[in-house]
Amino acid sequence: MADTSTKKRSPYAGDRGLPGAYDGETVTRRRLFEVGSMAAGGVAGAAIGLPVLGFALGPILTDQTPGDWKDVGPEEDFTPDTYVPKVMSVAAGIGEAGKTTIYVRKFNPRIDNALGPKDTQKVTPYIVITTRCAHLGCPVRFVQASQRFICPCHGGVYDGLGQVISGPPVRPLDRFYTRVERGRVLVGDRFSLDSQLNRFPNVRDPSQHLDGLWKYVYPGRPTT
Amino acid sequence: MSFTRPRQEGNAGSRRDGADRENGADGANGRSTEELTERTGLMSRGAAQRDGHAGGNGRVDREKLKRGAAEVPISVVGWLDERAGMSPTLRAMLYRKVPKGTNWFYTLGSATMFAFVSQAVTGIFLAMYYDPSPVKAYESIGYITNEAFAGELVRGMHRWGSSVMVILVFMHMARTFFFGAYKYPRELNWLIGVVLLVLTLAMGFTGYLLPFDQRSYWATVVGVNIQTSAPFIGPYVADFLRAGPDFTATTLPRFYSLHMLLIPGLIGGLIGAHLYLVMRHGTTAPPWLRAEKKPELAREEI
Repeated sequence: MADTSTKKRSPYAGDRGLPGAYDGETVTRRRLFEVGSMAAGGVAGAAIGLPVLGFALGPILTDQTPGDWKDVGPEEDFTPDTYVPKVMSVAAGIGEAGKTTIYVRKFNPRIDNALGPKDTQKVTPYIVITTRCAHLGCPVRFVQASQRFICPCHGGVYDGLGQVISGPPVRPLDRFYTRVERGRVLVGDRFSLDSQLNRFPNVRDPSQHLDGLWKYVYPGRPTT
Repeated sequence: MSFTRPRQEGNAGSRRDGADRENGADGANGRSTEELTERTGLMSRGAAQRDGHAGGNGRVDREKLKRGAAEVPISVVGWLDERAGMSPTLRAMLYRKVPKGTNWFYTLGSATMFAFVSQAVTGIFLAMYYDPSPVKAYESIGYITNEAFAGELVRGMHRWGSSVMVILVFMHMARTFFFGAYKYPRELNWLIGVVLLVLTLAMGFTGYLLPFDQRSYWATVVGVNIQTSAPFIGPYVADFLRAGPDFTATTLPRFYSLHMLLIPGLIGGLIGAHLYLVMRHGTTAPPWLRAEKKPELAREEI
Protein backbone atom coordinates (compact mmCIF):
# COMPACT_ATOMS: atom_id res chain seq x y z
CA MET A 1 0.00 0.00 0.00
CA ALA A 2 2.86 2.31 0.85
CA ASP A 3 4.77 1.74 -2.36
CA THR A 4 1.96 2.58 -4.77
CA SER A 5 3.30 6.08 -5.40
CA THR A 6 6.36 5.03 -7.40
CA LYS A 7 5.86 1.45 -8.50
CA LYS A 8 2.92 0.24 -10.49
CA ARG A 9 0.94 -2.21 -8.36
CA SER A 10 1.10 -5.77 -9.61
CA PRO A 11 -2.33 -7.09 -10.57
CA TYR A 12 -1.51 -10.47 -8.99
CA ALA A 13 -2.35 -10.99 -5.35
CA GLY A 14 0.69 -13.22 -4.82
CA ASP A 15 3.10 -10.47 -5.86
CA ARG A 16 1.71 -8.11 -3.24
CA GLY A 17 2.56 -10.54 -0.45
CA LEU A 18 -1.06 -11.06 0.60
CA PRO A 19 -1.58 -14.08 2.84
CA GLY A 20 -3.29 -17.06 1.29
CA ALA A 21 -2.72 -15.92 -2.30
CA TYR A 22 -2.45 -18.46 -5.08
CA ASP A 23 -0.36 -18.02 -8.23
CA GLY A 24 -2.06 -16.12 -10.98
CA GLU A 25 -4.79 -14.76 -8.72
CA THR A 26 -5.77 -11.11 -9.01
CA VAL A 27 -8.25 -11.28 -6.11
CA THR A 28 -7.67 -13.47 -3.08
CA ARG A 29 -10.46 -15.77 -1.97
CA ARG A 30 -10.68 -13.87 1.30
CA ARG A 31 -11.16 -10.54 -0.49
CA LEU A 32 -13.71 -12.05 -2.87
CA PHE A 33 -15.75 -13.41 0.02
CA GLU A 34 -15.48 -10.15 1.94
CA VAL A 35 -16.83 -8.15 -0.97
CA GLY A 36 -19.35 -10.84 -1.81
CA SER A 37 -20.82 -11.09 1.67
CA MET A 38 -20.99 -7.31 1.99
CA ALA A 39 -22.76 -7.08 -1.36
CA ALA A 40 -25.20 -9.82 -0.34
CA GLY A 41 -25.87 -8.01 2.93
CA GLY A 42 -26.37 -4.75 1.07
CA VAL A 43 -28.83 -6.33 -1.35
CA ALA A 44 -30.76 -7.93 1.54
CA GLY A 45 -30.79 -4.66 3.48
CA ALA A 46 -32.00 -2.71 0.45
CA ALA A 47 -34.66 -5.32 -0.27
CA ILE A 48 -36.14 -4.67 3.16
CA GLY A 49 -35.28 -1.02 3.60
CA LEU A 50 -36.37 0.50 0.30
CA PRO A 51 -39.96 -0.80 0.27
CA VAL A 52 -40.43 0.19 3.91
CA LEU A 53 -39.00 3.64 3.29
CA GLY A 54 -41.20 4.06 0.23
CA PHE A 55 -44.20 2.92 2.25
CA ALA A 56 -43.55 5.50 4.95
CA LEU A 57 -42.64 8.35 2.61
CA GLY A 58 -45.25 7.52 -0.04
CA PRO A 59 -47.75 10.17 1.11
CA ILE A 60 -45.26 12.87 0.12
CA LEU A 61 -45.05 11.56 -3.42
CA THR A 62 -48.60 10.50 -4.19
CA ASP A 63 -51.56 12.73 -4.97
CA GLN A 64 -53.83 12.71 -1.92
CA THR A 65 -56.35 15.39 -2.92
CA PRO A 66 -59.88 13.97 -2.74
CA GLY A 67 -60.78 15.30 -6.20
CA ASP A 68 -64.53 14.91 -5.73
CA TRP A 69 -67.32 17.50 -5.63
CA LYS A 70 -69.57 17.88 -2.62
CA ASP A 71 -73.08 19.29 -2.75
CA VAL A 72 -73.52 22.09 -0.21
CA GLY A 73 -77.05 23.17 -1.11
CA PRO A 74 -79.20 24.92 -3.70
CA GLU A 75 -78.21 28.23 -5.25
CA GLU A 76 -81.03 30.06 -3.44
CA ASP A 77 -79.26 29.48 -0.09
CA PHE A 78 -76.49 31.93 -0.89
CA THR A 79 -76.32 35.67 -1.63
CA PRO A 80 -73.50 37.86 -2.97
CA ASP A 81 -73.49 40.01 0.14
CA THR A 82 -72.76 37.80 3.11
CA TYR A 83 -71.31 34.44 4.03
CA VAL A 84 -73.35 31.38 4.95
CA PRO A 85 -71.60 28.75 7.06
CA LYS A 86 -71.86 25.12 5.89
CA VAL A 87 -70.36 21.95 7.34
CA MET A 88 -68.55 19.77 4.84
CA SER A 89 -66.69 16.49 5.19
CA VAL A 90 -63.08 16.74 4.02
CA ALA A 91 -61.52 13.55 5.41
CA ALA A 92 -63.42 10.27 5.55
CA GLY A 93 -63.21 7.79 8.40
CA ILE A 94 -62.26 10.02 11.33
CA GLY A 95 -65.70 11.11 12.45
CA GLU A 96 -66.22 14.68 13.57
CA ALA A 97 -62.54 15.51 13.13
CA GLY A 98 -62.92 14.97 9.37
CA LYS A 99 -65.56 17.68 9.03
CA THR A 100 -64.85 21.33 8.51
CA THR A 101 -66.90 24.50 8.33
CA ILE A 102 -66.78 26.51 5.11
CA TYR A 103 -68.16 29.98 4.38
CA VAL A 104 -70.09 30.32 1.11
CA ARG A 105 -71.33 33.34 -0.83
CA LYS A 106 -72.18 34.05 -4.45
CA PHE A 107 -69.53 35.69 -6.65
CA ASN A 108 -69.90 39.48 -6.31
CA PRO A 109 -68.51 41.30 -9.40
CA ARG A 110 -68.39 44.57 -7.49
CA ILE A 111 -65.74 43.39 -5.01
CA ASP A 112 -64.37 40.17 -6.49
CA ASN A 113 -63.14 41.56 -9.84
CA ALA A 114 -60.72 44.06 -8.32
CA LEU A 115 -58.00 41.52 -7.61
CA GLY A 116 -56.89 38.15 -8.90
CA PRO A 117 -56.90 36.59 -12.37
CA LYS A 118 -59.61 37.19 -15.01
CA ASP A 119 -61.10 33.71 -14.75
CA THR A 120 -61.94 33.99 -11.06
CA GLN A 121 -65.67 33.98 -11.72
CA LYS A 122 -65.33 30.97 -14.03
CA VAL A 123 -63.55 28.71 -11.53
CA THR A 124 -65.31 30.05 -8.45
CA PRO A 125 -68.88 31.12 -9.33
CA TYR A 126 -69.40 30.84 -5.58
CA ILE A 127 -66.69 32.09 -3.27
CA VAL A 128 -66.04 29.38 -0.67
CA ILE A 129 -63.57 30.30 2.05
CA THR A 130 -61.96 27.81 4.37
CA THR A 131 -61.98 28.19 8.14
CA ARG A 132 -58.39 27.02 8.33
CA CYS A 133 -56.29 29.98 9.46
CA ALA A 134 -53.28 30.70 7.25
CA HIS A 135 -51.11 31.12 10.31
CA LEU A 136 -51.11 27.68 11.96
CA GLY A 137 -54.41 26.11 10.94
CA CYS A 138 -56.74 26.98 13.79
CA PRO A 139 -60.42 27.40 12.86
CA VAL A 140 -61.40 30.99 12.05
CA ARG A 141 -64.91 32.36 12.57
CA PHE A 142 -66.76 34.93 10.45
CA VAL A 143 -68.09 37.78 12.57
CA GLN A 144 -71.14 39.30 10.86
CA ALA A 145 -71.07 42.59 12.78
CA SER A 146 -67.56 43.52 11.65
CA GLN A 147 -67.51 41.45 8.42
CA ARG A 148 -64.21 39.96 9.50
CA PHE A 149 -62.76 36.46 9.83
CA ILE A 150 -61.13 36.19 13.25
CA CYS A 151 -58.86 33.44 14.53
CA PRO A 152 -59.06 32.63 18.25
CA CYS A 153 -55.56 31.19 18.62
CA HIS A 154 -53.15 34.01 17.84
CA GLY A 155 -55.38 36.89 16.81
CA GLY A 156 -55.28 36.72 13.02
CA VAL A 157 -57.89 38.97 11.34
CA TYR A 158 -59.02 38.78 7.69
CA ASP A 159 -61.40 40.99 5.74
CA GLY A 160 -64.44 39.87 3.76
CA LEU A 161 -62.27 38.66 0.88
CA GLY A 162 -60.11 36.62 3.23
CA GLN A 163 -57.15 38.99 2.98
CA VAL A 164 -55.01 39.57 6.04
CA ILE A 165 -55.75 42.75 7.95
CA SER A 166 -53.91 42.08 11.14
CA GLY A 167 -52.06 39.46 13.14
CA PRO A 168 -49.54 36.78 12.22
CA PRO A 169 -51.08 35.07 9.12
CA VAL A 170 -48.84 35.21 6.07
CA ARG A 171 -51.37 34.96 3.23
CA PRO A 172 -55.13 35.12 2.58
CA LEU A 173 -57.46 32.34 3.64
CA ASP A 174 -57.56 29.39 1.25
CA ARG A 175 -60.59 28.92 -1.00
CA PHE A 176 -62.30 26.03 -2.75
CA TYR A 177 -63.08 25.47 -6.42
CA THR A 178 -66.84 25.62 -7.01
CA ARG A 179 -69.28 24.93 -9.79
CA VAL A 180 -73.03 24.94 -10.29
CA GLU A 181 -74.90 21.91 -11.53
CA ARG A 182 -78.71 21.75 -11.94
CA GLY A 183 -79.15 24.58 -9.49
CA ARG A 184 -76.93 23.02 -6.80
CA VAL A 185 -73.62 24.45 -5.58
CA LEU A 186 -70.78 21.93 -5.68
CA VAL A 187 -67.52 22.39 -3.79
CA GLY A 188 -64.28 20.80 -5.00
CA ASP A 189 -60.65 20.91 -3.92
CA ARG A 190 -59.04 23.58 -1.80
CA PHE A 191 -56.42 25.93 -3.26
CA SER A 192 -54.16 28.62 -1.86
CA LEU A 193 -53.74 32.25 -2.91
CA ASP A 194 -51.04 34.87 -2.65
CA SER A 195 -51.73 38.34 -1.29
CA GLN A 196 -52.98 39.52 -4.73
CA LEU A 197 -55.47 36.62 -4.76
CA ASN A 198 -53.61 34.79 -7.53
CA ARG A 199 -54.44 31.10 -7.37
CA PHE A 200 -51.82 28.48 -6.73
CA PRO A 201 -52.65 25.21 -8.46
CA ASN A 202 -52.37 23.18 -5.26
CA VAL A 203 -53.06 23.62 -1.60
CA ARG A 204 -50.22 24.81 0.61
CA ASP A 205 -49.91 24.36 4.33
CA PRO A 206 -50.61 27.24 6.68
CA SER A 207 -47.66 29.40 7.64
CA GLN A 208 -46.12 29.17 4.15
CA HIS A 209 -45.67 32.52 2.40
CA LEU A 210 -46.54 32.54 -1.29
CA ASP A 211 -45.45 36.04 -2.37
CA GLY A 212 -42.27 36.80 -4.30
CA LEU A 213 -39.33 34.51 -3.59
CA TRP A 214 -41.10 32.88 -0.64
CA LYS A 215 -42.87 30.47 -2.95
CA TYR A 216 -39.49 28.88 -3.75
CA VAL A 217 -38.62 28.57 -0.06
CA TYR A 218 -41.78 26.49 0.40
CA PRO A 219 -41.96 24.23 -2.64
CA GLY A 220 -45.28 22.68 -3.64
CA ARG A 221 -45.95 18.98 -3.74
CA PRO A 222 -44.39 17.12 -6.67
CA THR A 223 -47.74 15.62 -7.66
CA THR A 224 -49.77 18.74 -8.22
CA MET B 1 -20.65 -14.77 41.69
CA SER B 2 -17.40 -13.28 40.64
CA PHE B 3 -18.28 -9.62 40.45
CA THR B 4 -19.90 -9.44 43.86
CA ARG B 5 -16.71 -10.64 45.46
CA PRO B 6 -14.13 -9.17 43.13
CA ARG B 7 -10.99 -9.97 45.08
CA GLN B 8 -11.27 -13.65 45.78
CA GLU B 9 -13.46 -14.76 42.96
CA GLY B 10 -11.61 -12.71 40.37
CA ASN B 11 -8.43 -14.67 41.03
CA ALA B 12 -10.23 -17.95 41.27
CA GLY B 13 -11.99 -17.21 38.01
CA SER B 14 -8.79 -16.58 36.09
CA ARG B 15 -7.19 -19.69 37.53
CA ARG B 16 -10.23 -21.70 36.58
CA ASP B 17 -10.14 -20.31 33.07
CA GLY B 18 -6.55 -21.40 32.76
CA ALA B 19 -7.38 -24.87 34.03
CA ASP B 20 -10.25 -25.17 31.60
CA ARG B 21 -8.05 -24.28 28.72
CA GLU B 22 -5.49 -26.90 29.72
CA ASN B 23 -7.73 -29.77 30.65
CA GLY B 24 -10.50 -29.14 28.19
CA ALA B 25 -13.96 -30.11 29.35
CA ASP B 26 -12.68 -32.27 32.22
CA GLY B 27 -11.85 -29.38 34.52
CA ALA B 28 -15.32 -27.86 34.26
CA ASN B 29 -17.04 -31.22 34.50
CA GLY B 30 -15.06 -32.29 37.55
CA ARG B 31 -15.95 -29.06 39.29
CA SER B 32 -19.63 -29.18 38.56
CA THR B 33 -19.99 -32.83 39.66
CA GLU B 34 -18.28 -31.89 42.87
CA GLU B 35 -20.79 -29.09 43.36
CA LEU B 36 -23.60 -31.41 42.45
CA THR B 37 -22.67 -34.00 45.07
CA GLU B 38 -22.29 -31.24 47.60
CA ARG B 39 -25.71 -29.89 46.76
CA THR B 40 -27.43 -33.29 46.74
CA GLY B 41 -25.73 -33.97 50.03
CA LEU B 42 -27.22 -30.77 51.33
CA MET B 43 -30.60 -31.76 50.04
CA SER B 44 -30.54 -35.17 51.65
CA ARG B 45 -29.38 -33.55 54.86
CA GLY B 46 -32.28 -31.16 54.51
CA ALA B 47 -34.62 -34.11 54.12
CA ALA B 48 -33.03 -35.73 57.12
CA GLN B 49 -33.52 -32.50 59.02
CA ARG B 50 -37.21 -32.49 58.15
CA ASP B 51 -37.53 -36.10 59.23
CA GLY B 52 -35.39 -35.62 62.28
CA HIS B 53 -37.24 -32.52 63.38
CA ALA B 54 -39.41 -34.51 65.74
CA GLY B 55 -36.29 -36.25 67.03
CA GLY B 56 -34.95 -32.90 68.27
CA ASN B 57 -31.62 -33.14 66.34
CA GLY B 58 -32.40 -30.33 63.85
CA ARG B 59 -30.22 -27.45 65.11
CA VAL B 60 -26.87 -28.27 63.54
CA ASP B 61 -28.42 -29.34 60.25
CA ARG B 62 -30.37 -26.12 60.01
CA GLU B 63 -27.16 -24.09 60.29
CA LYS B 64 -25.62 -26.11 57.48
CA LEU B 65 -28.74 -25.76 55.41
CA LYS B 66 -28.63 -21.98 55.84
CA ARG B 67 -25.06 -21.86 54.66
CA GLY B 68 -25.90 -24.10 51.73
CA ALA B 69 -28.84 -21.93 50.78
CA ALA B 70 -26.62 -18.85 50.86
CA GLU B 71 -24.35 -20.54 48.33
CA VAL B 72 -27.13 -21.22 45.84
CA PRO B 73 -27.40 -17.77 44.21
CA ILE B 74 -23.62 -17.60 44.02
CA SER B 75 -23.37 -20.92 42.29
CA VAL B 76 -26.21 -20.02 39.91
CA VAL B 77 -24.52 -16.79 38.87
CA GLY B 78 -21.23 -18.65 38.69
CA TRP B 79 -22.82 -21.13 36.32
CA LEU B 80 -24.10 -18.28 34.14
CA ASP B 81 -20.82 -16.40 34.20
CA GLU B 82 -18.83 -19.47 33.26
CA ARG B 83 -20.88 -19.62 30.06
CA ALA B 84 -21.58 -15.94 29.27
CA GLY B 85 -18.28 -14.47 30.50
CA MET B 86 -19.91 -11.13 31.33
CA SER B 87 -18.19 -10.50 34.65
CA PRO B 88 -15.16 -8.53 33.34
CA THR B 89 -17.52 -6.22 31.42
CA LEU B 90 -19.88 -5.86 34.35
CA ARG B 91 -17.04 -5.29 36.78
CA ALA B 92 -15.57 -2.57 34.54
CA MET B 93 -19.03 -1.03 34.32
CA LEU B 94 -20.07 -1.18 37.97
CA TYR B 95 -16.73 -0.71 39.73
CA ARG B 96 -15.31 2.06 37.58
CA LYS B 97 -13.62 4.96 39.30
CA VAL B 98 -15.41 8.27 39.65
CA PRO B 99 -13.68 11.60 40.25
CA LYS B 100 -13.59 13.38 43.60
CA GLY B 101 -16.49 15.72 44.19
CA THR B 102 -19.06 13.54 42.46
CA ASN B 103 -22.42 14.66 43.83
CA TRP B 104 -26.15 14.37 43.42
CA PHE B 105 -26.13 16.32 40.14
CA TYR B 106 -24.46 13.30 38.58
CA THR B 107 -27.60 11.23 39.09
CA LEU B 108 -29.67 13.31 36.64
CA GLY B 109 -28.64 11.10 33.72
CA SER B 110 -29.73 7.89 35.41
CA ALA B 111 -32.88 9.65 36.61
CA THR B 112 -33.67 10.47 32.98
CA MET B 113 -33.06 6.87 32.00
CA PHE B 114 -35.32 5.71 34.79
CA ALA B 115 -38.01 8.08 33.49
CA PHE B 116 -37.59 6.52 30.03
CA VAL B 117 -37.87 2.99 31.43
CA SER B 118 -40.96 4.00 33.38
CA GLN B 119 -42.51 5.49 30.22
CA ALA B 120 -41.67 2.33 28.29
CA VAL B 121 -43.19 0.01 30.87
CA THR B 122 -46.38 2.02 31.42
CA GLY B 123 -46.65 2.55 27.65
CA ILE B 124 -46.49 -1.19 26.99
CA PHE B 125 -49.37 -1.77 29.38
CA LEU B 126 -51.41 1.15 28.02
CA ALA B 127 -51.01 -0.34 24.54
CA MET B 128 -52.95 -3.39 25.75
CA TYR B 129 -56.12 -1.30 25.98
CA TYR B 130 -55.52 1.55 23.55
CA ASP B 131 -57.08 1.41 20.08
CA PRO B 132 -55.38 3.71 17.57
CA SER B 133 -58.31 3.98 15.17
CA PRO B 134 -59.74 7.51 14.87
CA VAL B 135 -63.28 6.48 15.85
CA LYS B 136 -62.24 4.27 18.80
CA ALA B 137 -59.22 6.08 20.24
CA TYR B 138 -61.12 8.51 22.46
CA GLU B 139 -63.42 5.75 23.70
CA SER B 140 -60.52 3.44 24.54
CA ILE B 141 -58.81 6.21 26.50
CA GLY B 142 -62.07 6.67 28.39
CA TYR B 143 -62.10 2.96 29.14
CA ILE B 144 -58.51 3.05 30.41
CA THR B 145 -59.18 6.07 32.61
CA ASN B 146 -62.56 5.17 34.02
CA GLU B 147 -63.01 1.41 33.91
CA ALA B 148 -59.78 -0.57 33.60
CA PHE B 149 -58.35 -1.60 36.97
CA ALA B 150 -55.64 0.91 37.98
CA GLY B 151 -55.94 2.33 34.48
CA GLU B 152 -56.12 5.87 35.78
CA LEU B 153 -52.92 5.32 37.72
CA VAL B 154 -50.98 3.80 34.83
CA ARG B 155 -52.19 6.43 32.40
CA GLY B 156 -51.41 9.14 34.93
CA MET B 157 -47.89 7.80 35.36
CA HIS B 158 -47.39 7.85 31.61
CA ARG B 159 -48.95 11.26 31.15
CA TRP B 160 -47.12 13.02 33.99
CA GLY B 161 -43.99 10.95 33.50
CA SER B 162 -43.61 12.42 30.04
CA SER B 163 -43.30 15.90 31.52
CA VAL B 164 -40.94 14.60 34.19
CA MET B 165 -38.74 13.05 31.52
CA VAL B 166 -38.57 16.29 29.51
CA ILE B 167 -37.68 18.26 32.64
CA LEU B 168 -35.02 15.72 33.65
CA VAL B 169 -33.51 15.75 30.16
CA PHE B 170 -33.13 19.51 30.35
CA MET B 171 -31.67 19.37 33.87
CA HIS B 172 -29.22 16.69 32.76
CA MET B 173 -28.24 18.85 29.80
CA ALA B 174 -27.80 21.89 32.04
CA ARG B 175 -25.59 19.89 34.40
CA THR B 176 -23.45 18.74 31.48
CA PHE B 177 -23.20 22.28 30.15
CA PHE B 178 -22.38 24.06 33.39
CA PHE B 179 -19.88 21.39 34.49
CA GLY B 180 -18.14 21.61 31.11
CA ALA B 181 -18.67 17.89 30.64
CA TYR B 182 -19.30 18.34 26.89
CA LYS B 183 -15.65 19.17 26.18
CA TYR B 184 -13.02 16.98 24.54
CA PRO B 185 -13.20 13.97 24.38
CA ARG B 186 -16.93 13.92 25.17
CA GLU B 187 -18.29 15.99 22.25
CA LEU B 188 -19.75 12.93 20.55
CA ASN B 189 -21.74 12.13 23.66
CA TRP B 190 -23.10 15.69 23.70
CA LEU B 191 -24.21 15.25 20.09
CA ILE B 192 -25.93 11.96 20.87
CA GLY B 193 -27.55 13.69 23.83
CA VAL B 194 -28.92 16.43 21.58
CA VAL B 195 -30.44 13.82 19.28
CA LEU B 196 -31.96 12.14 22.36
CA LEU B 197 -33.40 15.50 23.45
CA VAL B 198 -35.04 15.99 20.06
CA LEU B 199 -36.38 12.42 20.11
CA THR B 200 -37.77 12.93 23.62
CA LEU B 201 -39.62 16.03 22.45
CA ALA B 202 -40.83 14.08 19.40
CA MET B 203 -42.20 11.48 21.82
CA GLY B 204 -44.11 14.21 23.60
CA PHE B 205 -45.43 15.58 20.32
CA THR B 206 -46.58 12.24 18.89
CA GLY B 207 -48.02 11.10 22.21
CA TYR B 208 -50.10 14.23 22.63
CA LEU B 209 -52.36 13.27 19.72
CA LEU B 210 -53.22 9.81 21.00
CA PRO B 211 -56.12 10.69 23.39
CA PHE B 212 -57.72 12.18 20.26
CA ASP B 213 -59.86 14.78 21.96
CA GLN B 214 -60.37 18.33 20.71
CA ARG B 215 -57.30 19.62 22.48
CA SER B 216 -54.93 16.97 21.14
CA TYR B 217 -56.41 17.19 17.64
CA TRP B 218 -55.96 20.95 17.35
CA ALA B 219 -52.62 20.92 19.11
CA THR B 220 -51.40 18.43 16.53
CA VAL B 221 -52.82 20.43 13.62
CA VAL B 222 -51.01 23.51 14.89
CA GLY B 223 -47.85 21.56 15.76
CA VAL B 224 -47.57 20.00 12.32
CA ASN B 225 -48.21 23.40 10.72
CA ILE B 226 -45.38 24.88 12.75
CA GLN B 227 -43.14 22.26 11.21
CA THR B 228 -44.27 23.17 7.69
CA SER B 229 -42.77 26.61 8.19
CA ALA B 230 -39.23 25.17 8.05
CA PRO B 231 -37.73 26.34 4.76
CA PHE B 232 -37.50 23.82 1.90
CA ILE B 233 -38.05 20.62 3.89
CA GLY B 234 -40.98 21.81 5.99
CA PRO B 235 -43.74 20.87 3.52
CA TYR B 236 -42.32 17.35 3.14
CA VAL B 237 -41.91 16.79 6.87
CA ALA B 238 -45.53 17.77 7.38
CA ASP B 239 -46.73 15.48 4.58
CA PHE B 240 -44.78 12.62 6.12
CA LEU B 241 -46.30 13.22 9.56
CA ARG B 242 -49.89 13.61 8.37
CA ALA B 243 -49.61 10.98 5.62
CA GLY B 244 -50.75 13.61 3.11
CA PRO B 245 -51.70 17.25 2.79
CA ASP B 246 -54.55 16.92 5.28
CA PHE B 247 -55.13 15.32 8.63
CA THR B 248 -56.86 12.04 7.67
CA ALA B 249 -57.78 8.65 9.10
CA THR B 250 -54.21 7.41 8.59
CA THR B 251 -52.62 10.18 10.63
CA LEU B 252 -53.46 8.77 14.05
CA PRO B 253 -52.11 5.22 13.43
CA ARG B 254 -49.02 6.83 11.96
CA PHE B 255 -48.43 8.88 15.08
CA TYR B 256 -49.08 5.79 17.19
CA SER B 257 -46.50 3.77 15.28
CA LEU B 258 -43.94 6.56 15.53
CA HIS B 259 -44.72 6.99 19.21
CA MET B 260 -44.43 3.40 20.32
CA LEU B 261 -42.13 1.72 17.82
CA LEU B 262 -39.86 3.94 15.78
CA ILE B 263 -38.88 6.68 18.24
CA PRO B 264 -38.54 4.47 21.36
CA GLY B 265 -36.38 2.08 19.34
CA LEU B 266 -34.10 4.93 18.30
CA ILE B 267 -34.00 6.27 21.86
CA GLY B 268 -33.12 2.83 23.26
CA GLY B 269 -30.29 2.35 20.79
CA LEU B 270 -28.91 5.82 21.36
CA ILE B 271 -29.08 5.41 25.16
CA GLY B 272 -26.87 2.34 24.68
CA ALA B 273 -24.35 4.39 22.72
CA HIS B 274 -24.61 7.24 25.25
CA LEU B 275 -23.87 4.88 28.16
CA TYR B 276 -21.05 3.18 26.33
CA LEU B 277 -19.35 6.54 25.86
CA VAL B 278 -19.88 7.39 29.53
CA MET B 279 -18.16 4.09 30.45
CA ARG B 280 -15.38 4.76 28.01
CA HIS B 281 -14.58 8.32 29.09
CA GLY B 282 -15.72 8.26 32.70
CA THR B 283 -17.35 11.27 34.32
CA THR B 284 -15.81 14.69 34.79
CA ALA B 285 -14.94 16.27 38.10
CA PRO B 286 -17.07 19.25 39.09
CA PRO B 287 -15.61 22.56 37.90
CA TRP B 288 -14.90 23.87 41.40
CA LEU B 289 -12.29 21.17 41.98
CA ARG B 290 -8.74 22.00 40.87
CA ALA B 291 -6.23 19.29 40.06
CA GLU B 292 -3.75 18.86 42.89
CA LYS B 293 -0.33 19.92 41.73
CA LYS B 294 2.88 18.41 42.94
CA PRO B 295 4.76 21.03 45.00
CA GLU B 296 7.89 20.86 42.85
CA LEU B 297 5.85 21.55 39.71
CA ALA B 298 4.13 24.46 41.39
CA ARG B 299 7.49 25.97 42.27
CA GLU B 300 8.65 25.63 38.68
CA GLU B 301 5.59 27.45 37.44
CA ILE B 302 6.35 30.45 39.64
